Amino acid sequence: MGAAPASRDVTSYGMGLAAPLALFFLLFFVAPLLQLLWLSLHNDTAGLHWGLGQYLHFLTDPFSLGVLGSTLLLGAEVTAVCLLLGFPIAWLYQRVGPKLQTIIILIVLLPLLTSVVVRTFAWIVILGRQGIVNATLQSLGIIDTPLKLLYTQFGVVIALAQVQMPLMTLPLITALGRIDPNLDDASCSLGAGSWRTFFRIVLPLSLPGVIAGCTLTYAAAITAFITQSLIGGGQMLFMPMYLYQQASTLQNWPFAAAISIIFLLAVLAVVSVFTTLGRLSRGYGGA
Amino acid sequence: MSGRKRTLEALSFEFVMTVIAVIALVIIIAPSLVVLIVSFTSGFSLKFPPPGYSLRWYAELWNAWQLHFAAKNSLVVALWATGLSVILGVAAALAISRSRTLSVRLLDSLFMSPLVLPALAFGLAALMLFSLVGLPVSPLTLVIGHTVVCVPYVVRNTVAALAQLEPTLLESSAVLGASRLYTFRRILLPLIRPGIIAGAFIAFMSSFDNVPVSLFLRDAATDMLPIRMWQDLEGKLDVTIAALSGVLIIATVALVAVMERVTGLSRRLTN
Repeated sequence: MGAAPASRDVTSYGMGLAAPLALFFLLFFVAPLLQLLWLSLHNDTAGLHWGLGQYLHFLTDPFSLGVLGSTLLLGAEVTAVCLLLGFPIAWLYQRVGPKLQTIIILIVLLPLLTSVVVRTFAWIVILGRQGIVNATLQSLGIIDTPLKLLYTQFGVVIALAQVQMPLMTLPLITALGRIDPNLDDASCSLGAGSWRTFFRIVLPLSLPGVIAGCTLTYAAAITAFITQSLIGGGQMLFMPMYLYQQASTLQNWPFAAAISIIFLLAVLAVVSVFTTLGRLSRGYGGA
Repeated sequence: MSGRKRTLEALSFEFVMTVIAVIALVIIIAPSLVVLIVSFTSGFSLKFPPPGYSLRWYAELWNAWQLHFAAKNSLVVALWATGLSVILGVAAALAISRSRTLSVRLLDSLFMSPLVLPALAFGLAALMLFSLVGLPVSPLTLVIGHTVVCVPYVVRNTVAALAQLEPTLLESSAVLGASRLYTFRRILLPLIRPGIIAGAFIAFMSSFDNVPVSLFLRDAATDMLPIRMWQDLEGKLDVTIAALSGVLIIATVALVAVMERVTGLSRRLTN
């Protein structure tokens, strides 16, 4: 390629420095995933007979398909709640002074860094039979017997939305910060109202952030095994727990491997749809 | 009249947005506060509000040797995984930060992929590979598995710090006769250190809190804290776990406060 100019030498480092991590990933990340794929393509637990039996089993079994469907739906519900609640936080962040900004960021960040088990446990306390919601409703005389909130889809969605909210809010704050405030003023002075300006100017321009936030939230929500199992309880089964049961309790590794691959592909499909949308939206909002 | 109408319209918009934002912030913060309050209960249940207040569950925690054991394991694994992540991750970040060629972009996506892929599937895959090559699960396999899922945080934060670095500073240092190593040690490293520390901090927290990878790569001798807590919660609702949660929440708040001082964590994660 010819000698690089001398000035480039001091500011850049050779690709060799990436070699140790690349090797580490090859051995301990890529190789395990390939091994997973290899085992999933076998019909027996010993891995002697090649075949698509595991996949056929999954794809023809209504129970398995139901688990996949409810997991993907759960992700969509959580992402929608996070977007609805997270966007106003990001909007408020741009409106307040630096001191309040730091406070908002810390409120958003703290849960992200607090243990997931702790955060999920908090929701057990809130949603339980003797929890705050039931206690409040009972003392107000609205209900006589405690509502069942724990071990319901509603409970899982609310708890997951809280647990994953930072992943939505942080990219939104970044995206809104990049929008030229003059556009907002221009739109208003040209006669568009605040609502119209929001939906026609602010929202479209923040699409890259919306898409980044949705990708992270969705991927995290469908794999959030602790929250799913503790709030959902035994009756609700989602892909991660299904995978774990097959691998650990039933020792059916090839089927667990096939579940993992199907789950991985589902996540990759969702992520690539979002990424494509992100690329399109950047062209749209590229100011 | 139209001006007044527009003001009302603007007010309605600001009112709705602010109300939702405040509700959302309350939803984010409330669970941690509730756990903190419940952990000081004098009763035997997780009833809210507690019937009275005491430190009895914190005293109980003092004697919970199983939790101490699990906490020690989690701490040791998190420290090793963070150390390994920093060494591997910073080196890789230096290599990939200033180039946008196809191979660099591919490497970058490879290093970031553990963030989106289901960690449970990776945990199972790693267990299968380790058992295939005859490596029994141990603290070593845990450290390896945790490093894979934690290294992206170090790479991302270090690349971000390098991107904000003024390359002319390095050139000036070289022009003034400093060697490459000297420039690295005295100019580059001090400037990107906050980014590295922020990445290491997030890596440490996510390793300490990791369940999906540990679930497959640990054995009875390496009980990990979040798994111990999870299994305790599946069985019975123990108030000791509330006290432990209280300790973890306070420790997290303290660490985040220190990190905010040292690295400006909040600005780092929104830029």
